[in-house]
Amino acid sequence: MKSRIIPIVRKEIIHILRDPRSLIIIFIMPTLMIILFGYAITFDIRDIKIAVLDQDRSQASRQLLEKFTNTDYFKIAGELTGRDRIEPMMMSRKIVAAIIIPPGFGRDLVSLPVSPVQVLIDGSNANTATIVINYLSAAINNYNLDINRNIHIPLQIQPRIWYNPDLDSTNFIVPGLLAVLMMMICAMLTSITISREKETGTMEQILVSPIKSHEIVIGKVIPYILVAFLVASAVLIFAKIVFNVPIRGSLVLLALLSLVFIYASLSLGVLISSKARTQQVALMISLVGTLLPSILLSGFIFPIFAMPSALQILSYIVPAKYYLVIVRGILLKGIGFQYLYAPVIFLFIFGTLLLAVSMKNFKTNLEG
Amino acid sequence: MPIDIEITHLLKKYGDVTAVENLDLQVKQGEMMGLIGPDGAGKTTTLRILCGLLRADDGDCLVGGRDVKKELTTIRGLIGYMPQRFSLYPDLTVTENLRFFADLFCVPKSERETRLERLLQFSKLGPFSKRRASALSGGMKQKLALSCTLIHTPRVLLLDEPTTGVDPVSRREFWDILKELKEQGVTILVTTPYMDEAERCDRIAFIHKGRILAVETPIDIPGLYTRVLYELKCENFVHAARLLEGQNDIESVQIFGDRVHISGFDEGKILSVVKKSMKDNGLEQYSLSKITANIEDVFVDLMR
Repeated sequence: MKSRIIPIVRKEIIHILRDPRSLIIIFIMPTLMIILFGYAITFDIRDIKIAVLDQDRSQASRQLLEKFTNTDYFKIAGELTGRDRIEPMMMSRKIVAAIIIPPGFGRDLVSLPVSPVQVLIDGSNANTATIVINYLSAAINNYNLDINRNIHIPLQIQPRIWYNPDLDSTNFIVPGLLAVLMMMICAMLTSITISREKETGTMEQILVSPIKSHEIVIGKVIPYILVAFLVASAVLIFAKIVFNVPIRGSLVLLALLSLVFIYASLSLGVLISSKARTQQVALMISLVGTLLPSILLSGFIFPIFAMPSALQILSYIVPAKYYLVIVRGILLKGIGFQYLYAPVIFLFIFGTLLLAVSMKNFKTNLEG
Repeated sequence: MPIDIEITHLLKKYGDVTAVENLDLQVKQGEMMGLIGPDGAGKTTTLRILCGLLRADDGDCLVGGRDVKKELTTIRGLIGYMPQRFSLYPDLTVTENLRFFADLFCVPKSERETRLERLLQFSKLGPFSKRRASALSGGMKQKLALSCTLIHTPRVLLLDEPTTGVDPVSRREFWDILKELKEQGVTILVTTPYMDEAERCDRIAFIHKGRILAVETPIDIPGLYTRVLYELKCENFVHAARLLEGQNDIESVQIFGDRVHISGFDEGKILSVVKKSMKDNGLEQYSLSKITANIEDVFVDLMR
């Protein structure tokens, strides 16, 4: 008996090609999201607006302030003459921090072991505040080193940051986005294509042929592996051109491992559509079911090791988590397959399991 | 004649609603059986059970002597089923749709193109073979759907209201095609809401509330009628029908186009009631004649 997979694949490809509008959306949507996320989500903070109240007006205080003015991390939004202006400026969000150098700072620096400088920070955004404190401390440390050149510091930390030396957050966000987007697109593509046939009644016509459920399911998945692969390539090329995301590892390896992830995500879409009766339901389930876990539980932004243990356990069934390891590993660390077989094996098992369940669920009748 | 479709004691429920109950029907090989009944009578359910799209809750269905429950895959190769709703791919052309269904039924490549040619000729869709299905007229769509269900030369055809929403000329053409198929020996079970179409079948089965009320050839159908029937023609027929409704000795009053069909059990009594009512209401211009019952009259009679 000849297989009916090929005719289904052929028909599906015609559907895809004859609907250029959907095809364009499939390609443009992820590109737009890359632009939005790539530019908007950044943890690198520059131009931190600070106010300065220099009550000392000595050479030492000016040297300290230079440490803030000479970098693009800070921007002096006001040189104050009295403390009373600080709070209004903080309230109207004109500044996020203020530095107060007390009178006698320069004198104390020479005569006393400690000379205090006050720093006030807007803590309403905890994340920003933490980063601002780090920057301020770094600037002040810098000054400390400058004026204590001949002092021997017994223990010194000199961090070397590997893989992303500038700690550029685009390098971290954009590869992660690739995982989130592919997960969403793959699940949507397959779940819609199957539920559409149910909705328009063509499924009824197919089902009265001697077709087997696995032939429909496999026939539906194959063409979208290709589509999803092309979308992933487009997103990657775009990320390289626009954000100059480094590609340190093997592209061939990335392509092969992406196929495994696409397979897992498409299988999820098939599973959704084996239950959903209409395109709208399928679309909703695939959006909610992929986007939220992929963003929140994959380690895309929030590190998994810092989550409560229940969520950590839950994260094991989020395929994007494994693909993130693969993408970041290959793009940023340039690692090879020997470090990646665990996530690959998981994705493969995940996809196969879902596909098997969907085939079992997929009824060749209209019951249920 | 061997029996090609045999349904015994069929039962199908949707939750609490019984769609088909204790339904028996036999269709002989090469016979064209019309299944007629109002909406919700169980026509679609019966056809869907026969092609395995729905599972029967009780009873047996044999197609070509094989049990639908046990040999579904084999049976699906024997059956051509055309659902009520147009369900081909609108973005595929006529030929692409035909080829797709040929492949689904594993029609050998060597035979595929000759069959395609024959079906295109047969359905007169040849000139439109490169047109997308969405751009076809209603009649052409139905002919394409029929062609797709014929691509694997099924020996049993199940057609669910194939001509609903199709213009009269295309309807006639469609039934000419069915007649030709029947002559080639295909067994056809077709549902239709049109009585004139039902008359073209070898036998007609009346289905109501999930049961078969009667099965008869079109010629013998008037014999099922248990009453006498008169036809009243007059100017103000709607008014006349309203006057006669509910009168003693008159069983039913129904409007057919611009005529009124009046039925009862006693000829003399009907005549006198009608004459009296018409005279009392100043409706002098009318004609009343005894007629033989048509399919619809019989159906209405059977339904009570």
